[in-house]
Amino acid sequence: MSVPSDAPRVSSWLVGSSLAQRIASVALFIVVWQVTADALHSRLLPSATAVLIALVHMCADGSLPLNLGITLARVVAAFVVAMVVGTAIGIVMGRSRTLDVLFDSWLVLLLNLPALVIIVLAYVWFGLTEAAAIGAVAVNKIPAVAVTLREGARALERNYADMAQSFRIGRWRTLRHVIMPQLYPYIFAAARSGLALVWKIVLIVELLGMSNGVGFEIQLYFQQFDVTRILAYTIAFVAVIQLIEWAIFQPLERRAARWRP
Amino acid sequence: MASVTPALLAEIREKRYARARGASPHVALASLSLRIAPGEIVALVGPSGCGKTTFLNIVAGLDREFDGQVRLAAREDGDPARIGYVFQEPRLLPWRTVYENIALVLPPQRADPLIAELLKAVGLADARDLYPAQLSVGMSRRVAIARAFAIEPDLLLMDEPFVSLDHDTVEQLRELLLKLWHARPTTVLFVTHDLREALVLADRLVLLSASPAHVVGHVPVNLGRNHRPSSSEIELLRDEVLRQHRELIGGAPAMGPLEPPAIASPTAGER
Repeated sequence: MSVPSDAPRVSSWLVGSSLAQRIASVALFIVVWQVTADALHSRLLPSATAVLIALVHMCADGSLPLNLGITLARVVAAFVVAMVVGTAIGIVMGRSRTLDVLFDSWLVLLLNLPALVIIVLAYVWFGLTEAAAIGAVAVNKIPAVAVTLREGARALERNYADMAQSFRIGRWRTLRHVIMPQLYPYIFAAARSGLALVWKIVLIVELLGMSNGVGFEIQLYFQQFDVTRILAYTIAFVAVIQLIEWAIFQPLERRAARWRP
Repeated sequence: MASVTPALLAEIREKRYARARGASPHVALASLSLRIAPGEIVALVGPSGCGKTTFLNIVAGLDREFDGQVRLAAREDGDPARIGYVFQEPRLLPWRTVYENIALVLPPQRADPLIAELLKAVGLADARDLYPAQLSVGMSRRVAIARAFAIEPDLLLMDEPFVSLDHDTVEQLRELLLKLWHARPTTVLFVTHDLREALVLADRLVLLSASPAHVVGHVPVNLGRNHRPSSSEIELLRDEVLRQHRELIGGAPAMGPLEPPAIASPTAGER
């Protein structure tokens, strides 16, 4: 990917590391991998070059981009649903003591429910459908988003709300200009961890009940013990997720924080 | 005079804050009545912590948990009165620029020319695209004042508009307020614990007792609004007021009781 001019800020989450250091770190990883694979000489640990060749082949025949696209669409759908529903629940629970008391245990229950249980129940109750798959992933993520946003809603500054009320700027403007900007840091925190969780669960959902997507493909290659292609899919997917972080999350976050001195 | 509908008529029988379990509630206001004629500039003067901000919040409709009534004259078009509120801290949204902060309180189609004009009037035309963190305290206050005037308020509320500013800035701000007021006359109610501040701006002082606050006197100020009062005139008036009301307002903020304790309800915390 192209390197933006403000590369140091982009990498700020890796404490103080420069782009060169990052590249060096990745290169070191590949070298260790390659050397280990050459030394072991086992088909269960293919070399970095073998994985790269497989990656190119699978891109050329179109199977990898197709399945990656399908999985990514599911990730986006589940992510959006989880963020919207979780944010709404979090705000409501953060603002209303009654609802918070009433539904707090539900949230705790949902937080502790294993992802696998939610997925299996979704398939049993709603069939092996796309909606069940996406819904199951979203339900896995919703409680965590709600809990984060509830904290944000509790921390809302009353002074600004009073200002909005005394000037009668209306509900929509209050939400957009007064409330949401105070919640952005919480939304970004939820989105970051949300994306990481959602894409992992999407793979399991695909493995258990879908007939396409990266998770389904990995299951196929698992049955054939084709570690090379499993790793090729893994690398492609990790790269795409990292790209989303760089190209979407970080610019958005910088934009939302531009007023900070 | 009696036929004129007052711009504001407030009769607060009692306003109390709940305290922590067991403690008796804190009575902030008791039998506080106030009537303000249209176009009048009234200063509420009282010791720190006597409930002045509480009263403003009640008038602004932010606090509805009180015993009594507040009536504001409706606009000519029948809409409810518009209130411009200059809070003690400017309360600008830190994530919006100066321009956006003012635009927020205006209907979108009218925002542009009006804001340009107001920013020019308060001497901040160049600060249009700055964020509040980039402004000085005095500049932030001027933006808050511009925002309050932007909505063409029927009632302008100001909470200690001059507090913690140096003498020159206070003088500038006073000039600015009067200039804006002349261009867009409105009814003004502002609170202060500083008698001098009140005398330089108001047509009438309403003196409040220590907590629980009630009105203990009215002092008409006949300095004339176009007249720039000299400091000796102000001092003279101040001495006179103090002579009559020494026991109640003392003139020094230190004489008031302490702020309501932090355990009071959240609304009480911000005076």
